[in-house]
Amino acid sequence: MTINWFKYSSPASFYSLAGKMIPIFAFAAVISLVAGLYVGFFVAPTDFQQGEAYRIIFIHVPAAWMSMFLYVVMAFWAGIGLAFNTRLSSMFATAIAPTGAMFTFIALWTGSLWGKPMWGTWWVWDARLTSELILLFLYIGFMSLQAAIDDPRRADKAGAIIALVGVVNIPIIYFSVQWWNTLHQGASVSINQAPSMASTMLLGMLIMVFASWMYSIAIILKRVRVIIIERESHTAWVAELQKKDSIR
Amino acid sequence: MIIMWIIKRDLLLAIRRQSDVLTTLFFFVIVVSLFPLSVGPEMNMLRAMAPGVVWVAALLASMLSLNRMFSNDYMDGTLEQMLLSPQSLSLLVLGKAFAHWLVTGIPLVIMAPILGIQYDLPAEALVVLTLTLLLGTPVLSLIGAIGAALTLGLRGGSVLISLLVLPLYIPVLIFGAGAVEANMAGIGFDAHLSLLGAFLLASLALAPWATASSLRVSLE
Repeated sequence: MTINWFKYSSPASFYSLAGKMIPIFAFAAVISLVAGLYVGFFVAPTDFQQGEAYRIIFIHVPAAWMSMFLYVVMAFWAGIGLAFNTRLSSMFATAIAPTGAMFTFIALWTGSLWGKPMWGTWWVWDARLTSELILLFLYIGFMSLQAAIDDPRRADKAGAIIALVGVVNIPIIYFSVQWWNTLHQGASVSINQAPSMASTMLLGMLIMVFASWMYSIAIILKRVRVIIIERESHTAWVAELQKKDSIR
Repeated sequence: MIIMWIIKRDLLLAIRRQSDVLTTLFFFVIVVSLFPLSVGPEMNMLRAMAPGVVWVAALLASMLSLNRMFSNDYMDGTLEQMLLSPQSLSLLVLGKAFAHWLVTGIPLVIMAPILGIQYDLPAEALVVLTLTLLLGTPVLSLIGAIGAALTLGLRGGSVLISLLVLPLYIPVLIFGAGAVEANMAGIGFDAHLSLLGAFLLASLALAPWATASSLRVSLE
């Protein structure tokens, strides 16, 4: 039996598939979010150094991971869209950007909430914080470029180029910032030496990472569906869909 | 040679409209001069700030002139003819970026030591500052060309270009200003210069290609 892999690369057939997948991922997200928060806030022991404040990692670490990972995924789909001229890939890239930017913002925000009790300051020019901030700038650049272009095809391609340029630059930026930071060793703050974690802490964090994954997939599929409907509004299948909806 | 032709043409255009060149240069001078007025004339602090201030001002000045790189040719249709011509678009773009650097980058490099003197930089640091700008400003023109090509003909393009391009300028800024600071601190700055050279080579190889595909997207 051969599987027709390209069937779902058509927006029309992917639209209904995404509709079926969203509840599954949304359900998994809610369940794992509840479980993860429960483990994080009630099961995991209090840290003997950081007290209760360390519990922010259950949100902070997954958000930071997702923020970096989603940029790569976004650039990957944007690049596929640019190379093979597949509409759905570009739509995915557009749909991923806001979620990635949101996770970047959450990572920065929770990081500074944690920094206040730990370091006594909301913000330090640490290498990780700085590169996360620059990542946010890259997301914002991608989104504002796409928003400024009216023609969706041009927006897809222009966004793809800037996303790919960004991906090439991310390692360079990261190592530059790292070096810049070691050169200016001002504040004696170190988050590099992670203390060994209790296994329940790790478990809670991993469940939260899973929850972030599921949430991202569900919300991105939802956003892709909206983009599909918006872009394909002139087609026959959308008109049919509308007719069906209005009858029902 | 196509690359010589485009450089000559862009230089000729720049000579006929000198105000563009001078605006960028004076912008650079004014921004650098604003800092002592805002933070106070304390010489020790100014000396410590100088590399960063000059570099940030150079970044902004070279960015300011970016959207002129293609927009005039775009408006009168020349750019479309360039795309249709059988010549390599990447080479054409490389020539345009080089001309942009000659017109905006070189004046900044020449002006920087004078501004450095205002900040009381020692002579050796002035040399390093000029060297880093000489290596770094072409990178700014090359990376900026990508942004200029992507925002061609968009509303609010000049603000958008800064959002796209400034984050990508960060490594050049870090090592450009870092070299001068390292020199003033008595540490070697060879590594910084090597890295700036590496950025220059990498952007020479990749940026014209990315710019050419951006132009194709923008003019489709």
